[in-house]
Amino acid sequence: MPEFQLKVRRYQPESGDGPYWQSFDVELDETLSVLDGLLQVRDDKDGTLVVRCSCRAAICGSCGVKINGESTLACKTQLGEAHEAANRRNGGSEPIVVEPMGNMPVIKDLVTDMESTHWKKIRRVTPWLLPEGEEPEREYVVPPESMIDITQSMACIQCGACVSSCLSLEADPGFIGPAALAKAYRFVGDPRDGQHEERLHDLAQDPHGIYDCTHCFSCIDACPKGVAPMDQIMRLRRIAGREHDIDDVNNGRRHEEAFTKIIERKGTLDESLLLQESYAPGIKGKLKPSGGALKGLIGSIPTAIRGIRTGKMRSLPKLIPGVHHKLPGDSQNQVKRIYEHAEDHHEELNLYIRGEEPDQDVPEAAIEPEPDEAGDR
Amino acid sequence: MKVAYWPGCVSRGFTPELHGSMALVAEQLGIELVELDRANCCGAGVIAEHNQELVDTLNARTFALAQQTGVSMMNICSTCQGAQSECQQRLDADSAYRAHINEALAAEGLEYKAGITNKNFLWVLVEDFGLDELRKLVQRPLEGLRVGPFYGCYVLRPKQRLGYDEHPERDLYLEQVIEALGGEAVEYDGARKCCGFPIVTMNRETSLRQAGTHVGDALDAGADCLVTPCPLCHLNLDMQQPEAAKITGRELGLAVLHLPQLVGLALGLEPKQLGMRKHIASTEWVEERLAAIPA
Repeated sequence: MPEFQLKVRRYQPESGDGPYWQSFDVELDETLSVLDGLLQVRDDKDGTLVVRCSCRAAICGSCGVKINGESTLACKTQLGEAHEAANRRNGGSEPIVVEPMGNMPVIKDLVTDMESTHWKKIRRVTPWLLPEGEEPEREYVVPPESMIDITQSMACIQCGACVSSCLSLEADPGFIGPAALAKAYRFVGDPRDGQHEERLHDLAQDPHGIYDCTHCFSCIDACPKGVAPMDQIMRLRRIAGREHDIDDVNNGRRHEEAFTKIIERKGTLDESLLLQESYAPGIKGKLKPSGGALKGLIGSIPTAIRGIRTGKMRSLPKLIPGVHHKLPGDSQNQVKRIYEHAEDHHEELNLYIRGEEPDQDVPEAAIEPEPDEAGDR
Repeated sequence: MKVAYWPGCVSRGFTPELHGSMALVAEQLGIELVELDRANCCGAGVIAEHNQELVDTLNARTFALAQQTGVSMMNICSTCQGAQSECQQRLDADSAYRAHINEALAAEGLEYKAGITNKNFLWVLVEDFGLDELRKLVQRPLEGLRVGPFYGCYVLRPKQRLGYDEHPERDLYLEQVIEALGGEAVEYDGARKCCGFPIVTMNRETSLRQAGTHVGDALDAGADCLVTPCPLCHLNLDMQQPEAAKITGRELGLAVLHLPQLVGLALGLEPKQLGMRKHIASTEWVEERLAAIPA
């Protein structure tokens, strides 16, 4: 039986001492999980080791931890793969490092308090259905296909791995966070809910809402159930801006619209124009700039002066918004045509639902037909 | 080696030293750059918030232009890599969707055919050029130079989309390149974290706290400089460094090099040629350390 070393971050608040590392050797098959390893330690070596778990099958979401720095479920990570991950750089003898989840206080050893950064934020997004109109006699009936879109966010098991991995939360504990925003989309995308606009308005008016996500993709990789919280946050942004015309307190929508318009006009990014139009869009924005806009523009002056001094911004197109060149030849018109085509359709392809077609390089005869293959686009 | 070269917007905008240094280094390495001068912005994750079909079509256009050259595509921006890989994943996954997108390209006589190879310079350097070849070309080994790697989220995550199944060490390449050039890779907390740039106009404090913290951590770990394959990370880590210092409440002052600049130094090019004087955070210390390296 192979032997693995687990290096566990321990902490017992009642001792009065700070956290410390302790290593344990476990003998288990490499296909068994890190949770199995931790439970062997608890049963055979140190009964004081505290770990939270229940189903051991990646369904209950209780055993969220960090393994080799990555937020995940202890029951879903095999000892063999964790050992390999620990030894990618330094070869052979590095232990598997197990820590409590990040971005939340530790209660004891590997058990964290999920109240302040997880449950409180889940409650923050009103995680229940708010239907409108008269209550039906029996259940709400909707076409099944209208619910497919939210099945991805419904797959969440509330383990907190995404919250633990979130790099925005690390810098801004006020951020509503990936789990709660994925939950918010679960209702914004639900055809039975009658308060989509109110929900989006609420999230857009919170400075730590949908525009506080920094696109780091950590939550996508951390989620053991494929919820891809960041993708749900991007959906919230798209729906808030386009379908409900909602402006947010972070300037996020203005930034996104300015960016999109500049590419239509110039093909590549005119950074000075982006700065100007994000803060003070159009004639109205310039005649009556908001306090935030003035602060933002004035705040960027020292950076611009430094850029001019070193030479990185010493050219007219970089200093004067709008002077930036267009794409050569007919290319700019082609880009404009792409805009017209896409604005007509707005198609969204969700690979979580649709799945990927088999590799096209493989001869068809070699492909086993999938019974649930979604070929009916 | 010949590549269809997509420099991106920022390398020709606020980080012109990146575009310039890449051209010099490509020449030294013998990589012929066929610049895609008609191609458009990748959308940087921002246009995707507005209209997914739009950003998929814009990038399908770039891919189609690259395919016309008959060689693989190379970019020099982690953000371009991530934004383009996201679109490519959807385009390659579904032939009916791809056909719909290609309708919009037909007027220009373009068509995207599934399966383009599009790699950041970092990936090209390790996977196609090869570290052994790189080692042979080193004129000035960066001995004793302690370099902190800073990847940028868009070449790290999500792993499934970014080819980590086939190339599992892509999140170790910067360390491998630093060492191949004779330098020492510094371990610090921020190497694979977010620079904060995407929200710098939306939540400046959170954004710059991220940048400032990573620069500070690298300094605490004894780094002489950082190196990044992403010009957007460079904007937050270098251009905004004085502002990030104010927000994190500590003195910073750490040079941040673009990947081609670090390679260029080891190949014997001079800091000024590589545009290092254009940086906001002074690169003088790196120059002093280089001068101390015995030839």
